[in-house]
Amino acid sequence: MEDTGTIVAFWILALITVGAAFGVAAVRNQIHSVVLLIVTFAGVAGLYITLSADFIAVVQILIYIGAIAILIIFAIVLTPRAGRLNQEGFMLLPALGLAALVAGTMIFVAFDTSWAISERDGFEETATAIGDLLLDKYALPFEIASVLLLSAILGAILLVRPEGAEEEIE
Amino acid sequence: MVILLKGEWYDLRDLANPVRELIDGIGLPDAVDYVLWSLIASVAILTWLVVSVIAFIWIERRVVALMQNRKGPNRVGPAGLLQPIADAIKLLLKEAITTRDADRMLFWLAPIIVFIPTIVVFAVVPFGESMVLANLNVGVLFLIAVAGIMTPAVFIAGWSSNNKYALLAAMRTIAMLISYEIVQVLALLSVVIFIGSMNLQTFVSWQDEYNTWLIFIMPLPLVAYLIAGAVEINRSPMDISEAESELAAGYHTEYGGIKFGFFYQAEYMAGFAIAAAVTTLFLGGWTLWGLEEWIPGWIIFLGKLYAVFFLYIWSRGTLPRLRIDQLMSFAWKFMLPLMLVNVLVIGAEVFIWEETGASRNIALPAIGAVNTTLAVILVVGWGRFLGHGSGRQRGYRATLTREIGKIYYTGAEAS
Repeated sequence: MEDTGTIVAFWILALITVGAAFGVAAVRNQIHSVVLLIVTFAGVAGLYITLSADFIAVVQILIYIGAIAILIIFAIVLTPRAGRLNQEGFMLLPALGLAALVAGTMIFVAFDTSWAISERDGFEETATAIGDLLLDKYALPFEIASVLLLSAILGAILLVRPEGAEEEIE
Repeated sequence: MVILLKGEWYDLRDLANPVRELIDGIGLPDAVDYVLWSLIASVAILTWLVVSVIAFIWIERRVVALMQNRKGPNRVGPAGLLQPIADAIKLLLKEAITTRDADRMLFWLAPIIVFIPTIVVFAVVPFGESMVLANLNVGVLFLIAVAGIMTPAVFIAGWSSNNKYALLAAMRTIAMLISYEIVQVLALLSVVIFIGSMNLQTFVSWQDEYNTWLIFIMPLPLVAYLIAGAVEINRSPMDISEAESELAAGYHTEYGGIKFGFFYQAEYMAGFAIAAAVTTLFLGGWTLWGLEEWIPGWIIFLGKLYAVFFLYIWSRGTLPRLRIDQLMSFAWKFMLPLMLVNVLVIGAEVFIWEETGASRNIALPAIGAVNTTLAVILVVGWGRFLGHGSGRQRGYRATLTREIGKIYYTGAEAS
């Protein structure tokens, strides 16, 4: 983070990310807020690039813009009360409390952590290092995550099965 | 002669050389050098893309016309050569209509968002030995990720039109894109496992070093990638999202003028991007078994790229369109299991090769033979399992005739 280019890039990206994130909560139209959410995701990917974490940045685009945003779009379009506005929340107070709690935790962590600058250089190729760690040291959490996803998929299939599916087959 | 050229500024086998010499000659600070270099390379790539698109619109229309026994465009200029330019001018001069109920901001934004990924992809494509704008370590993943930006853009286009047909078509296109993205990722995963890198230049140098192309070693991922690519760029037989003879125009129904032109050109450029990826990953990129010493690498690369793109033109002229349910079940029931098995097999092969330490002259032909045989067995066997018998038993008589049993004549024969 020494050279000017990185610092300028950081501030531009931070402005875009935070501004778009504010817009997600502020705009009235739900689809507009999804589009702004996509901008936020892209901004975060840019921040990863300034940290020379190229693998995470590309995965951020692939997963969040390519998949999560689409999932949210499907959720908005395919649910009955899709036409409502963004502000029509019926759990405003709990949401505000939760947001304040998250913000408090983040601020506390940010001030509590010692931000010492590491002596060693960054990885030449982050993908290889991440792959090695995921399939070696952290193999169990990795497998648990995939089993969790699989059970989520099975649960979703079970939920959307029509009521009398078994009788129809017989 | 070749040795004399090496490293000189007039060494046009690599167009990056004269540009580098030029920039270094000015003697500016590094940051300015970098910006200049990126700017020149971007403009060069963009110019090449636009010229290629314009040329290929003419080639495609002429070739498809030949296949369908028509003449094709032949009035504007010699042999209709100026037709695409006339079309482009027409698109530019048309009024850019925004419908009354459309979401104005997103309606304008969608063509731009669609356009971005198709250009950005070419940043990682190696046109020559040093002719690559950004030699990323995660190049293959970048190709997939950037193509994925297309999906929300399609939805934005369909939704902001405020037209139910556009919205329905957009949802359908998204379903198609997501399904085939999985196939695409698995196809590229097996290739990446085999090479052990995601850098596109490494792919080229690997294929150069081992004197082979990956198409000979693993044909199944190539076919899967080509099919998934056809879905991504809305090409026949997967052009359901626009299906000009059945639907209005798909998700860009409400777009006209240059905004439609953006969608049209983005599809073409995405086609070139798919062809560039196939060329680099499976066909050896800018190398041609040592011939790149004499012929410039970028000419070899472009030749291969256009040849791959021609496949899509060919299929458009010959294959009928699939139905949406056929397309989806093809992705989930046929391609996905095949690709999963393929990843497993490639992983096992890499493991066995590393364990036995066989020499490349034995290992590569063996792996190629195993993969090709397995591909044929898998495709035929899995197809039979899903109830698609061999072609010979079908199609002798029309389905209706077969159902009734025989042909009943009416009229003169009946009496």
